[in-house]
Amino acid sequence: MAEAIIFYTLAALILAFAVMVVTVRNTLYSALLLAADFLLVALLYASMNNLLLAVIQVMVYAAGIVLVYVFVVILVNLKRPPEQQPDRGRYRPIGTILAAAVLGELILITATGALRPAPAGGAEAVGSVENIAMELFTNYLIPFEVASMLLLVAMVGAIVLAKKEL
Amino acid sequence: MITQTHYLLLSAALFMIGVFGVLSRRNVIVIFLSIELILNAVNINLIGFAEYWGNSSGQVFAIFVIAVAVAEAVIGLGIIVAFYRNKETINIDEMNLMKW
Amino acid sequence: MLVAVTFMVLLERKVIAWVQVRLGPMRVGPYGVLQPIADVVKLMTKEDITPVRADKIVFTAAPMIALIPALIVFAVIPFGPVVSIFGREVALYITDINVGLLYIVSVASIGVYGIILAGWASNSKYPLLASLRASAQLISYEVAVTMTLVSMIVSAGTMSMIGIVNAQYQQGVWYLFAQPVAFFIYFVGGLAETNRAPFDLPEAEQELTGGFHTEYSGMRFALFFLAEYANMIVVSSVATTLFLGGWLRPFPNIEALSFLGIIPGWIWFLLKTFIWLYIFLWVRATLPRYRYDQLMRLGWKVLIPLAIANVIITATVKVLV
Repeated sequence: MAEAIIFYTLAALILAFAVMVVTVRNTLYSALLLAADFLLVALLYASMNNLLLAVIQVMVYAAGIVLVYVFVVILVNLKRPPEQQPDRGRYRPIGTILAAAVLGELILITATGALRPAPAGGAEAVGSVENIAMELFTNYLIPFEVASMLLLVAMVGAIVLAKKEL
Repeated sequence: MITQTHYLLLSAALFMIGVFGVLSRRNVIVIFLSIELILNAVNINLIGFAEYWGNSSGQVFAIFVIAVAVAEAVIGLGIIVAFYRNKETINIDEMNLMKW
Repeated sequence: MLVAVTFMVLLERKVIAWVQVRLGPMRVGPYGVLQPIADVVKLMTKEDITPVRADKIVFTAAPMIALIPALIVFAVIPFGPVVSIFGREVALYITDINVGLLYIVSVASIGVYGIILAGWASNSKYPLLASLRASAQLISYEVAVTMTLVSMIVSAGTMSMIGIVNAQYQQGVWYLFAQPVAFFIYFVGGLAETNRAPFDLPEAEQELTGGFHTEYSGMRFALFFLAEYANMIVVSSVATTLFLGGWLRPFPNIEALSFLGIIPGWIWFLLKTFIWLYIFLWVRATLPRYRYDQLMRLGWKVLIPLAIANVIITATVKVLV
């Protein structure tokens, strides 16, 4: 029962904040609402007993990626005050129709039972650090190394892109 | 009782909101923020599956998705900054240097 | 907790004054002990000024965003083991989560938001520049501190704070002696993370007219102040738990000194935390300030390679020994 309350509250808040992210005019508010949204998603993960992923979500997403976005928003807003960047809303009808189509498809897939019923139990020790680490370093070792190369390349690329003179 | 379907519907709704943001906003930074929303929806989906099937692969994959999201956000912002230095705009309609 | 922070302020002024061969606040109460109360009253009654074209919502929210992470970290710091007070079992920590150390790092990295938003929302040049510098400093030293904490996790084998203290108990030697390099990097990183001297360029008065909290007055300034001192106490507590053995008495495995076991665990904890706080103040009164480029060079070119080398050596020793 408590689980249901937590889930519905968090889900409602997550969706509300997400709608605010895509509709607010001020870009800084969008970024900050997104950070709050990520914190709520981390709470959702924590309620699923997935503490490691919750902490990673806070550390990397909420306090890493969105922080970088806030820096860029400050940089962009320095020269032109935010009121001068108009957003006519010309594409909003098409956007709504296409997004509704996506949602319809996903609900169709979910509801017509293309999923097998979940096996009972087995949800206890899944989110613990030891299990994730075992999977990560035995079955998924190669993607792990590839991901580290990807991050290195991204780091070098970002530095090169943002330099004023090479 | 929260079943797996609840998490899938939540992630589908979040996905839809992200797609709406990508398609209808003109500010490049808000488009990137909506892409992060989409990636988050995918993460919720993966972790919902991982919890109900008792398989850790979902969480491992979610960690990889987060790593890829970091790389993409950083490069995307580098491109935005480089573009902004040249053309002083972040409206995506005005980023049409390759149009004939 | 909040009371501790206000007395920390008084302690700082007194200790720095003694280092500089003067007496510090002496008027209010005997030997100036009631000074924090005077400070609190002063800050609460000051006028609350908001700059004209500042962003009101963000301006008001920024000090709260700076203070909240500093306070919620205390949920995982163990003041002592489970003791029985008046016959009931009471745990001297709020919770013991599986990923305690990582939780501390992640919550500390949310504190950066408060600084950036404060600088941006003030809508004036000095706070903006100071906040950008401060946040760059914070996120740079966060990497070095996280690497150090990773080497502690490798030595202890667990991420929960109670687990780390227990690992020190079983080893019989505090991690301070087992990993001095890690401790040094953590302490320097901790100084930089809390914007304390000698890394306090972003809030130095001579350089940037007060830094990112220039435009704040009254209760909001008090919140920033509280956040800084709370951060200091957090860093000291974490250093105590990781490197000094938390609530264990010195030489916990030697039976000959077991008469020291009469002193309860939390008094040892407070004593050790107090030692680190004193060293924080001592360092502030003694060392000159780093310039910004020297600061960044130290963080990226010296501390991070040292921290990574520490992780590698720790992991190798742990596997081979």
